[in-house]
Amino acid sequence: MIGAAKFKKLFALLMVLTLMLPAFALGETAYAGTIKIGVYEPASGDNGAGGKQETLGVEYANFVAPSVTLSDGEYKVELVHADNQSSTDKAPSAAQTLVSADVSVVLGSYGSSVSIAAADIFDQAGLVAVGLSCTNPQVTLGNPLYYRVCYLDPFQGTVLASFALEEYGAKKAYTLAMLGEDYGVGLVNYFTEAFKAAGGEVDGETFPEGTSDFTAYLTTAFNNGAEVIFAPTSTPYAAQIITQAASNGITIPILAGDTWDNSVIVEAAKTTDVKVSVSTFFDEGDTSPKAVEFVTGFKAWLNANPDKLVNNGGNDGIAGVTPLGYDGYMVALEAIKAADSADRDDIADVMAGITYDGVTGAIVFDENGDAIRDQAFIKATENVAGTWTFVKVQGIIK
Amino acid sequence: MQEFITANLPYLLGGISVGGQYALIAVGYTMVYGILRLINFAHGDIFTVAGFFMVYLNATMPVAVSLPLTILLIIALGFSVERVAYKPLRNAPRMSVMISAIGVSYLLQNLMWYVTGGLAKQYPTIPWISSSITIYTATTKMVTLVTPILTIVLVALLVQLINHTKIGMAMRAVSKDFETARLMGIKIDRVISATFIIGSALAGIGSILYFSNYTAVTPTAGAMPGLKAFVAAVFGGIGSIPGAVIGAFIIGISENIIKAVGLTTFSDAFTFALLIVVLIFKPTGLFGEAVNEKV
Repeated sequence: MIGAAKFKKLFALLMVLTLMLPAFALGETAYAGTIKIGVYEPASGDNGAGGKQETLGVEYANFVAPSVTLSDGEYKVELVHADNQSSTDKAPSAAQTLVSADVSVVLGSYGSSVSIAAADIFDQAGLVAVGLSCTNPQVTLGNPLYYRVCYLDPFQGTVLASFALEEYGAKKAYTLAMLGEDYGVGLVNYFTEAFKAAGGEVDGETFPEGTSDFTAYLTTAFNNGAEVIFAPTSTPYAAQIITQAASNGITIPILAGDTWDNSVIVEAAKTTDVKVSVSTFFDEGDTSPKAVEFVTGFKAWLNANPDKLVNNGGNDGIAGVTPLGYDGYMVALEAIKAADSADRDDIADVMAGITYDGVTGAIVFDENGDAIRDQAFIKATENVAGTWTFVKVQGIIK
Repeated sequence: MQEFITANLPYLLGGISVGGQYALIAVGYTMVYGILRLINFAHGDIFTVAGFFMVYLNATMPVAVSLPLTILLIIALGFSVERVAYKPLRNAPRMSVMISAIGVSYLLQNLMWYVTGGLAKQYPTIPWISSSITIYTATTKMVTLVTPILTIVLVALLVQLINHTKIGMAMRAVSKDFETARLMGIKIDRVISATFIIGSALAGIGSILYFSNYTAVTPTAGAMPGLKAFVAAVFGGIGSIPGAVIGAFIIGISENIIKAVGLTTFSDAFTFALLIVVLIFKPTGLFGEAVNEKV
């Protein structure tokens, strides 16, 4: 027994030493100090895959710009990660972790519901949050400290309705969303509004969380004679919907929002007859110098880091949320520079006036703190090779 | 008429297929309950783990090897869960074993989160049962047809085993009276292990059928089917094998009918409401044994 006790002590000592190693390593740098930026993203749960891809954009930005120069010297920028687990009941504690970790700005989250759930906590802490790809209006509405760099659902829903009318000449649509999910239900509402305004007919259904059998929904869509299916859900459901549509011989084109811009979708659609089109924030084929620079730089970085490559789903395709993560980080740095301080209140004071010319376009905030956007990229699956192909830049048809 | 069939056949096929998959899980619940009076909450997670075993094994070996290996591994898992988490509590109050089962359930679920990172994994395509076929006017996967047939065959075999073999006789004896069976020289631990082995094997087969149809495997993928199978077991009268199977088919089919009439939002609520109604009128379930209180 004495031997065991001694071993335990030795083990504890070793553990402590191991944990202290990073501290020694940090001591070598010559920065004036450290500024922390919180990354509030899901790494697990339904949106884990997308959250990881968005985080990659932030991490790449941190690799490109690892420090920020203020009037009293150069500060190292450190990312603090908190996993909100894609779940609104886990979100507040993840948000609280970031508040207590003394971060200056928060970036995130992928998924509007978790952003809405955390907004109050950030607000009470006086902490500016920059939403990256959360498209629901409720994120910034009534939350003066929540900003965002992407477009909003009313815009996205309308754009997708315009696409359904223009591209497919559809008169009848079927919508499918998860019950109680702010993102999907919201997007479906805006789509329906726009589609009906243009004289179309819409049938809609919602499914409970945890559903894996979508054959009944797809059969209803088919029986109702829908010409497009609009299904803005999270990616695990998306994979189910696509594979089940294929195995039930239902080949109605499927449309979805930015969430489906994910390698999971092309994998599910590969070798099937199901055509999937999504609206997204960015396309790899963009030829503007900023975009080209980002694409080449990011791919090189990704391929040099095997663990990052795994987080991107094992390939070097760029999801629309990744450049948003990059732009969001850069906007946060601009704000820190403009405030010339890492203080939360100083940053909050200057945030509304920040402008930045990003990879995904120019970012200027409106009175709600939303970036002003007027077009979206539409991509579709290419089912033989299993890749995305660029379709068009879609605006709103009047 | 023809139009009616064309429109409704896919719903019915879906219902029968999902009912068969619930049935395979429900048998595991009901057998363990029959013998140990324990609701094995970890059963749904064992079902999910079987899904991940198949995903990972199939990445490195052919289906002919990975399929039986998945079932063997899941049997080993079910067996060890019983030995580690339930056997030491054999003489503890029933509540303690139940809490232990909940613990195992969360442990398995979190281990899956840890190993997979929570990302959905695409289930491998199994030749033949994953292929599409057309029945009348409805296109579906082969597995939809295979499931109910395989379920009925397996359950019939199981009933034969219970009624006509020595271990089956021991199982019946243990479920009638645990203490007396023990006094009569029946090796309780062997009987219980056999129960867990059969239950896990059926959950493993159920998982192969289920995930061939619904191909995204996530750590919580088994939670809903597990819960519905449990409802099916209670619905049919917990402890009764035919009851669990019939309960599972009723739940699977009525769930899909509810979706067919357009009340999709309520399809889960309906399942559980049905349970409440049945339990009000038949507290022991459809085929449940009447409770004889011994004085």
